[in-house]
Amino acid sequence: MTGNAEILQAGFADPVFDSQRAFRTVLGALSEPGLVAELDPALTPPPGLEPATAIALLTLADYETPVWLPPALAAGAAGRWLRFHAGAPLTTTPADSAYAVITAGAEAPELFDFHPGDDQFPDRSTTIFIQCTSLEGGLPVILAGPGIPGSRRFAPQGPVPEFWRAAAANHARYPLGVDCLFTAGRRIAGLPRSTRIETGETR
Amino acid sequence: MTRRAYDDGRTAAYNYAYLDEQTKRMIRRALLKAVAVPGYQVPFGSREMPLARGWGTGGIQITAAIIGPADTLKVIDQGADDTTNAVSIRRFFERTAAARTTEATAAATIIQTRHRIPEQPLAAGQILVYQVPLPEPLRRLEPREAETRKMHAWAEYGLMHVRLYENIARFGEVTTTYDYPVAVNGRYVMAPSPIPKFDNPKMDMCPALQLFGAGREKRIYAVPPHTRVVSLDFEDHPFRIQSWTEPCGLCGATDTYLDEVVTDDRGGRMFVCSDSHHCETRRAEGHHGPMLAAAASIHLVEKEDAA
Repeated sequence: MTGNAEILQAGFADPVFDSQRAFRTVLGALSEPGLVAELDPALTPPPGLEPATAIALLTLADYETPVWLPPALAAGAAGRWLRFHAGAPLTTTPADSAYAVITAGAEAPELFDFHPGDDQFPDRSTTIFIQCTSLEGGLPVILAGPGIPGSRRFAPQGPVPEFWRAAAANHARYPLGVDCLFTAGRRIAGLPRSTRIETGETR
Repeated sequence: MTRRAYDDGRTAAYNYAYLDEQTKRMIRRALLKAVAVPGYQVPFGSREMPLARGWGTGGIQITAAIIGPADTLKVIDQGADDTTNAVSIRRFFERTAAARTTEATAAATIIQTRHRIPEQPLAAGQILVYQVPLPEPLRRLEPREAETRKMHAWAEYGLMHVRLYENIARFGEVTTTYDYPVAVNGRYVMAPSPIPKFDNPKMDMCPALQLFGAGREKRIYAVPPHTRVVSLDFEDHPFRIQSWTEPCGLCGATDTYLDEVVTDDRGGRMFVCSDSHHCETRRAEGHHGPMLAAAASIHLVEKEDAA
């Protein structure tokens, strides 16, 4: 099937209320890092995007937010779907992106290749969706910091030890740094730059 | 589905919750970055609202960007649910978002506030939205935005400590009683909005999400749940909150923030809880203050409250 003939997946059935509910879930996820929440708006995502990634992108992205997608996704149905429904421009430079999608364990730019914000405007950093096979049962890490009473265990399947080392280094440059949202199916969990990460716990 | 609940023919010209969807997305993106960097002021494109800047447009825009049909909204102004600003904002969301409203702190999912934090401890899942007039805690020390931005970027907060020190040197104590500066998550110094310093300790490790909106100054900032919020002080001059020598005249509470109310033109006065819902709840539970009967006789409170 050629690109033109391909039928585009639908967006939100009810953009106002679907995006409002989705936003509150994402806000809760980023406010309480490592706590897994579920996005409930009905949406069939294009191939390559987890439903949670697609729902959150439709909620947050628009013509003001360049999005970085893996080249295969950007050239395929996912790129067309995002441009059509959100009007978001796609960028090929990770450091130019407001939102980015990577798949845990797959080849992707380093966290440090994305925009960390700058010292006077740390809010200009990239928010990265990290697509996982599951948000449970993986290599556990212990999270602490704002949004976490004491500490919280988080074990998404997909991120490798090198990723957690990069994520810890990302926290070390606080208040700069990227913010991450882990997605699997309809589930989502947040990891803002403010979260301390302790690894090395035996399973 | 409640999607048409707000569409009563009168408000159909507006989108749900007044703001257009692109504006909501812009505010929502700012809120997420504010949560990721607690205490940092995120610039946002503040919109014209159908009331004057300085009347809570920052808080209203945040509430409009987060509210949905599942929410219950409480609005307070100086702790009271029944003052002009609170009544107007509550009616605004009843009209534009068909919002369910309440005066009960525990029943609310979103509490928009001007100048107080409710006395009843907030719970996980609640969102407290502050209306902020002056978001920059350093502004009166350094008028240039370009400079205060650098001071935040490099955590140069010496000037603020000098201000507190000079206060102590001149008056023997820090004389700031409201909008008392706090350090959030050990990094950013933040203006808690003009809440009395009595309320500062409630922000620390609060289980609710706290969002701050300054409409005129175009800034949004946040304190996520369970985040360290420390009022600035010195080891030999620790931070202290206000205290009163008498209890609330209506409900007898000794642990609440009290407002002074003038009752006649002969110097009569009484102290009452500024949190009106908290005070009413206590009276309904049978707590009586020393001036309740007198207040009922001059119609400051309903007779049955005094019974």
